[in-house]
Amino acid sequence: MAAPVGVHLEFGGGAELLFNGVKEHQVTLPSQSDPWDMKQLLVWIRRNLLKERPELFVQGDTVRPGILVLINDADWELMGELEYQLEDQDNIVFISTLHGG
Amino acid sequence: MDQDVGSLKAQLKEKEKEVAALRARLAQMEKSRASVPELHSDVAPLTPLTAKAALSNEDIMRYSRQLLLPELGVQGQLNLSGTSVLVVGCGGLGCPLAQYLAAAGIGRLGLLDYDEVELSNLHRQVLHGEENQGQAKALSASRAVRRLNSTVDCVPYHLQLSPENALELIQQYPPEANLPCRRLGHLDFPDPMYDIVADCSDNVPTRYLVNDACVLSGKPLVSASALRMEGQLTVYNYGGGPCYRCLYPTPPPPETVTNCSDGGVLGVVPGIMGCFQALEVLKIASGRGCAAARVAPGDMADNSPGGLFSAFDLNQAPPASCGQQLLMFDGQDARFRSIRLRPKQPGCAACGEKPSVTGLIDYEAFCGSAATDKCQKLNLLSKDQRITAQDYKSILDNTEPHILLDVRPRVEVDICHLPFSLNIPLSSLEERKSEHLRLLQGRISQLKQEMAAERRPAVYVICKQGNDSQKAVQVLEKLSGSEVDAITVKDVCGGLMAWAKNIDPTFPQY
Ligand SMILES: [Zn+2]
Repeated sequence: MAAPVGVHLEFGGGAELLFNGVKEHQVTLPSQSDPWDMKQLLVWIRRNLLKERPELFVQGDTVRPGILVLINDADWELMGELEYQLEDQDNIVFISTLHGG
Repeated sequence: MDQDVGSLKAQLKEKEKEVAALRARLAQMEKSRASVPELHSDVAPLTPLTAKAALSNEDIMRYSRQLLLPELGVQGQLNLSGTSVLVVGCGGLGCPLAQYLAAAGIGRLGLLDYDEVELSNLHRQVLHGEENQGQAKALSASRAVRRLNSTVDCVPYHLQLSPENALELIQQYPPEANLPCRRLGHLDFPDPMYDIVADCSDNVPTRYLVNDACVLSGKPLVSASALRMEGQLTVYNYGGGPCYRCLYPTPPPPETVTNCSDGGVLGVVPGIMGCFQALEVLKIASGRGCAAARVAPGDMADNSPGGLFSAFDLNQAPPASCGQQLLMFDGQDARFRSIRLRPKQPGCAACGEKPSVTGLIDYEAFCGSAATDKCQKLNLLSKDQRITAQDYKSILDNTEPHILLDVRPRVEVDICHLPFSLNIPLSSLEERKSEHLRLLQGRISQLKQEMAAERRPAVYVICKQGNDSQKAVQVLEKLSGSEVDAITVKDVCGGLMAWAKNIDPTFPQY
């Protein structure tokens, strides 16, 4: 059994509006047999944090187009995207791309 | 004595005449120098821009404070004078960007905007003034920039960037001729029209269009955006870094995109981001952005006077500080954050190994939205589910019992509202917030006591422009007869803005 994982979640660029306008969330993912990965985190967020209109955040098993995911201040593409295994105290940011000027 | 006085007077008069003539000539010259830039409504070829061979005394005085910086120096300043920058959008980002580029002595500024100046622009689009309302933004921005630095060649374009004109505008030669070291001053091929493109636009289709045009013509793209209290900045297609499509291969669903006219923006936020854009452009244009970029003139320069080393051969240039990097600004927390981005993606449709984007496409179709930040009109309801502002006026005049439900967020209701309206935000209806449903039910019960028992109470829904009100009608129809008593629900087409325009001109517009 893997121990519970504490992760810091941040939402920005308007993505926080799907979470009652709250930008920062410190959450604890319960212990489970396999290590937590990003794919499971998205499912967890959808079930536990996201109450309304999930299609504005997730599409299929990943984030919808126009949301950039950052793992510890790096583009998640550099970190293995959905397969990235979460470590305790990781900082995960979901940022909606801005288009205005 | 009298004779002397007379002759002095005559001489003085003569001299005064001379002075007046000189003054008039000076004024004439100053006027023509600061003359109105010619507004372009199509893409016309420009004369090639040549970098200065040396700085004049006036240049040295004007730019002295930045010439002192080893990061710029004389060579960097000369490079700026030979660089042309296309600014796509003369709004909240484009105004401060153009201002600082002109002040720093950039050679040529193409200022492009299809729009005219409106009062609601002035809080953030700081090159335009009250007297410029109704004027083309491109022209207004050009005039302001000219006042600041008349040596900058300003080219205002009053047009919408489109797949038809973008490539022609950015480059004057086909992409195959994209040779390295093209700025060496050789004349065997024409100068490119613009060296650097700055995306200061306000909508998704234009952002993809600008990206693809930059990839196809091999131009660095300095891109910024802002909304509410936040801003983002990245340099694309530069120094081997990613392009916009590498990061965002699929456009966002249109319903997830918020523009400044809906979401709002604090003027200083695009101001800060536009200034950052100017900084990145200046580093690329001067060719002296970071230590590695300092190619010794002897390595690449030809020997003709004024020959410049290639400041930014795209494949060899080291990344600007924001290449392959996303700078995020959160004005609420006063926090900057810099994110390491993915490299250029081999599978990218635009800049990858086998690109599928080999020419510009229909970006409005690709993104499913229009290339404007103006509000798009939804059509979710049938005709008999909607009334006009005029219809609503008659309902008021006939004192027909009804509820007017305003579904805008609280912050907008605080700006203006009709005094007899009930405010329940659309989001509360969508979430079926119990306290709000109780409030609505209370008003329905009250209304029922005032009218004949067999009739259904009428609820008219209103919002700013008549989009959210349609969504609210759909929600309310589901609630009707279950969570609240059965009601007849319709929306006011065009919302409060239609009310202000057609019924009550004293009602504020925003
Ligand atoms: Zn790309």
